[in-house]
Amino acid sequence: MTFELTATVPSRGLDVRLDVAAGRTLALLGPNGAGKSTALGLAAGTLRPHDGAITLDGRTLAGARDGRRTAWIAPHRRRVALLAQDPMLFPHLSVRENIAFGPRAQGTTRREAAARADRWLDAIDLADLADRRPAALSGGQAQRVAIARSLAAAPRLLLLDEPMAALDVDVTPALRQTLQHLLAEQTTILATHDVLDALLLADEVAVVDGGRVVERGPTAEVLSRPRSAFAASIAGLNLLSGTWTSDGVATAGGEVVHGHGAPDVALGVAMTAVCRPAAVAVHLDAPHGSPRNTFRATVRSLAPHGDLVRVRTDRLAADVTPGSVAELGLAPGREVWLAVKAAEVDVYPV
Amino acid sequence: MSAPATSERAATTRTRLDPAEVPAGLPRWAYLPAVGGGLFVVLPLVAMGTRVDWSNYGGLVTSESARSALALSLQTATASTLLCLVLGIPMALVLARGRFPGQHLLRSLVLVPLVLPPVVGGVALLSTFGRRGLLGESMEVLGLQIAFSTTAVVLAQSFVALPFLVVSLEGSLRTAGERYDVVAASLGASPATVLRRVTLPLVWPGLVSGTVLAFARALGEFGATITFAGSLQGVTRTLPLEVYLQRETDPDAAVALSLLLVAVAVVVIAATHHRGAGGAAR
Repeated sequence: MTFELTATVPSRGLDVRLDVAAGRTLALLGPNGAGKSTALGLAAGTLRPHDGAITLDGRTLAGARDGRRTAWIAPHRRRVALLAQDPMLFPHLSVRENIAFGPRAQGTTRREAAARADRWLDAIDLADLADRRPAALSGGQAQRVAIARSLAAAPRLLLLDEPMAALDVDVTPALRQTLQHLLAEQTTILATHDVLDALLLADEVAVVDGGRVVERGPTAEVLSRPRSAFAASIAGLNLLSGTWTSDGVATAGGEVVHGHGAPDVALGVAMTAVCRPAAVAVHLDAPHGSPRNTFRATVRSLAPHGDLVRVRTDRLAADVTPGSVAELGLAPGREVWLAVKAAEVDVYPV
Repeated sequence: MSAPATSERAATTRTRLDPAEVPAGLPRWAYLPAVGGGLFVVLPLVAMGTRVDWSNYGGLVTSESARSALALSLQTATASTLLCLVLGIPMALVLARGRFPGQHLLRSLVLVPLVLPPVVGGVALLSTFGRRGLLGESMEVLGLQIAFSTTAVVLAQSFVALPFLVVSLEGSLRTAGERYDVVAASLGASPATVLRRVTLPLVWPGLVSGTVLAFARALGEFGATITFAGSLQGVTRTLPLEVYLQRETDPDAAVALSLLLVAVAVVVIAATHHRGAGGAAR
């Protein structure tokens, strides 16, 4: 285990425990204000923990007991590089000088630092822009240079805080690919609210909400079988919680949700039922026939979702065709029936 | 595109006249008082130019007293500008980046020489460094006598000029923000390296304009100097003091020397403004 963080920051409402193994990437998933940036600030050394300890490769970066500092290593001695959503390239230095900044600051000779910068420029395919000023780069190019600059400093831990958030959607796929390639051997924590970042870049996911880690595990598992409402919403799934009865999952609202398969769990165990919005059908009248799960709901909002329209209600979200929206006259406030086949509902213990 | 890049671009377009641009928030009547204000600043300088006795100009500004006053002014203003840089850069850093109790109060106190009548500043300096001043007595024991010396001129000029540098630089530091410093530290740069390679280059235009302002203020210092340093030719009589003195006896010489001061100020501002703009675009 190379990086471990157990810390509370009461002024920011944060109480988390995280760890990342050498060479792995952990994604911190969570809504804005969940505490992701606070956690990164603790690792980078821009914030002090009130209580807890932060260690990297056996060195204690920061420690505190009840507000009293027990250990502290200054940010520039941590070997922890931080990259935020703005590239923050030094505007008075050329692209090459920006990348060479870390090696230079750590005592490498000018010539060796420039040579290292050129190798990184090759790695990000921007060798021909070496002598440009950052102001002459596009947003995507600037962020690639910023990534190269962070990695050229040879950090033991790389912190990425929403690295794609400020970029145009048409340049993010290329940048994600660059990151995927460059982060292979790099110990990294990636704060994001984009599920694609987590899927493509992270080995593990920790879902942060309200300053706590509410869920954590391998990326694929968390996203296919979410246990928290946020993880479900980010994975684009509907989530219903309840307890296991002989009939199905009984929710707090008194409904029973039927799923496929029969999980081998005892009665009364906390359960989660998930289904995809595309599996939810919308009707104006109570449906008859095969679907075993029906819910009375009120439409909250309509938003485009690929070729379909995502209909959010006070219960579940449903993806329907624009034609159906027009045919059913769906609009916020409309009372509808939602129906889901049991075969489309995945049921598992929390 | 990052914020500094856009502001840089805005700075370059602002100087160019674009016929397609329509000014917003500029009522037409504002031109009248604005032109009046411009005349109010320029006209006295022009008027002074008309009063210069050009046939004797060379002789008036190269008299022994004039030359010694000019040399003294340039030397002392340079020395006090250096002193302001040595003291002012750390002050601006501490005020802009530090976090300590009483910071707000200290920031206001630094501005005091800016609003204080310079004569009062001179009296205050005299009560500190004068013979029977707060520090003067113990300094006299050490054989140091400051009041009415060239050192006193430098101190008086620094006292009034320091806030110009600190305010200008502190504003630039606040505008630049700490985010670049955080990034530089996360790349392994020590605080001293961050200051040298990131913080100061980023606030370079503010530092240059603060230095120019401080130098100009030091060059024009009169009230605090005459109170604290007196008016000894070659020792403490700077150019503004010489102008004031000559005004009584030889008005032509006073006007000629005044023009010389204006010329020195214009040259300094033009030179540093050019270099400052170059630094900003680097």
